[in-house]
Amino acid sequence: MSRDVVILGAGMHPWGKWGKNFVEYGVHAARAALKDAGVSWQDIEFVAGGATMRNGYPGYVAGATFSQALGWQGNEIMTCYAACATGSQALAAARAKIQAGQCEVALVVGADTTPKGFLAPQKGERPDDPDWVRFRLGITNPTYFSLYAQRRKDLYGATDEDFATIKVKNAEHGFSNEFARYRKKFTVEEVLASPMVASPLRLFEICATSDGGAAVVVASKEYADRLGSQRQVKIGGISTVSPKFASADVEMPDIATDSAAASNAYSFRASIAQKAYEEAGVGPEEVSLAEVYDLSSAMELDWYEYIGLCPQGDAEKLLRDGDTRIGGRVPVNASGGLACFGEAVPAQALAQVCELTMQLRGEAGDRQVSDAKVGVTGNQGLFGHGSSVVLLR
Amino acid sequence: MDEADTHLIGSRCKRCGTYFFPGNVTFCRNPSCDSDEFDAVPLSREGTIWSYTDAQYKPPEPYVAADPFEPYAIAAVELAKERMIILGQLAKGVTVDDVTTGMQVELQLQTLFTKDGQDYVSWVWQPKR
Ligand SMILES: [Zn+2]
Repeated sequence: MSRDVVILGAGMHPWGKWGKNFVEYGVHAARAALKDAGVSWQDIEFVAGGATMRNGYPGYVAGATFSQALGWQGNEIMTCYAACATGSQALAAARAKIQAGQCEVALVVGADTTPKGFLAPQKGERPDDPDWVRFRLGITNPTYFSLYAQRRKDLYGATDEDFATIKVKNAEHGFSNEFARYRKKFTVEEVLASPMVASPLRLFEICATSDGGAAVVVASKEYADRLGSQRQVKIGGISTVSPKFASADVEMPDIATDSAAASNAYSFRASIAQKAYEEAGVGPEEVSLAEVYDLSSAMELDWYEYIGLCPQGDAEKLLRDGDTRIGGRVPVNASGGLACFGEAVPAQALAQVCELTMQLRGEAGDRQVSDAKVGVTGNQGLFGHGSSVVLLR
Repeated sequence: MDEADTHLIGSRCKRCGTYFFPGNVTFCRNPSCDSDEFDAVPLSREGTIWSYTDAQYKPPEPYVAADPFEPYAIAAVELAKERMIILGQLAKGVTVDDVTTGMQVELQLQTLFTKDGQDYVSWVWQPKR
């Protein structure tokens, strides 16, 4: 048995379009997490930084950038990039280091500053780059979100009202969240009146990009106990698995799926949480709440199924029964989700972990999920990256 | 060009038979196959709509949009023999109201845009009559 690793502290910089350097968000979040943990910066032995691709060299070496900004003090450093799963991968590295007995306490930080407007591919003619090819063909990010949304309508009877209801629910959840960027309530009618972007999804149903920063302090259980911490949250499991060939998911940025002519077809997204559950020794039926990647309102429904909250095709029922709102059986995106945050890629998976940490400690204020014991995150992004973290009280 | 004979060209692994599209592969990606030899093969020119959507806003470059921008529809189409899904625009004039999941479509060529006097042609999906 490897030793238990716990979250001692969590901290965030509010999401927004602040236009500041990403380092500022990261350091703000890190200091908040250290304070929350009751650990001094100089006690941190290892820093795992989530890289940002949009902020030059300091972003590629984020672990060092944050360490220097907090004050060089001889700690070990690593930086990783794994698209949407970046934060989980950095967390997994810190956990492994602690499990291996190479350190007792570590800091994990992710932060991003996003450019204005749409995310566009790099300039130049690059017909070998799938990301270039798909934009050339007119296939954008909302295309992928909407293909899944439309399929839910045709296969499972999802309605435009269901999709709008997700947005309304998450907007209500995030309304009181001091870290959320959008804190405005919506009605179903308002969402349905927003302009159609890619049928059947509308402007208010597709997530924006944001600036933001999130951090956690993780430690061995022994270290946390020695510190006398009464607010530990145990890391039950972390999954950062790759897809399996043949991946049957229609996936950004590809214009075709794998061919399953000579292999079995697998759903990558449905496989991600499985390993985290197995490590944690819990099943989806024990989950108290979940934070999942609602890049679009409709995608949240897919996630109910990917993380096992219901069988495939039953997500609409879960939503309509009110099971996934705060007060329901298994609230999803109590933080407000991406609908209220917008995506800050290298910070987002950590933000999900921060929310679960607050919830499992019973410190989530107006959006507290009652008797939260088991939390799960789910996210997935470009180039075969995805992750899931199970936290236990 | 003979419309009825229009095919997408993919690659097929000589050892395991897995198809690839786009066909610019160097190594077989089937984990139980270490082949690096492929045949260029025509892919099925008919398939079944897996799902569909449209674009109501002009995409960023490198998309070359007509001025004014004309919305267009997109389909993800499942090819039975290859057991894969390929994305593409639906033929000009076809909207999301004209198609359903499960509908049969076939491949056509269409000029996506003209730049410096040169036509840029791509595949599009046309519902079968
Ligand atoms: Zn092969």
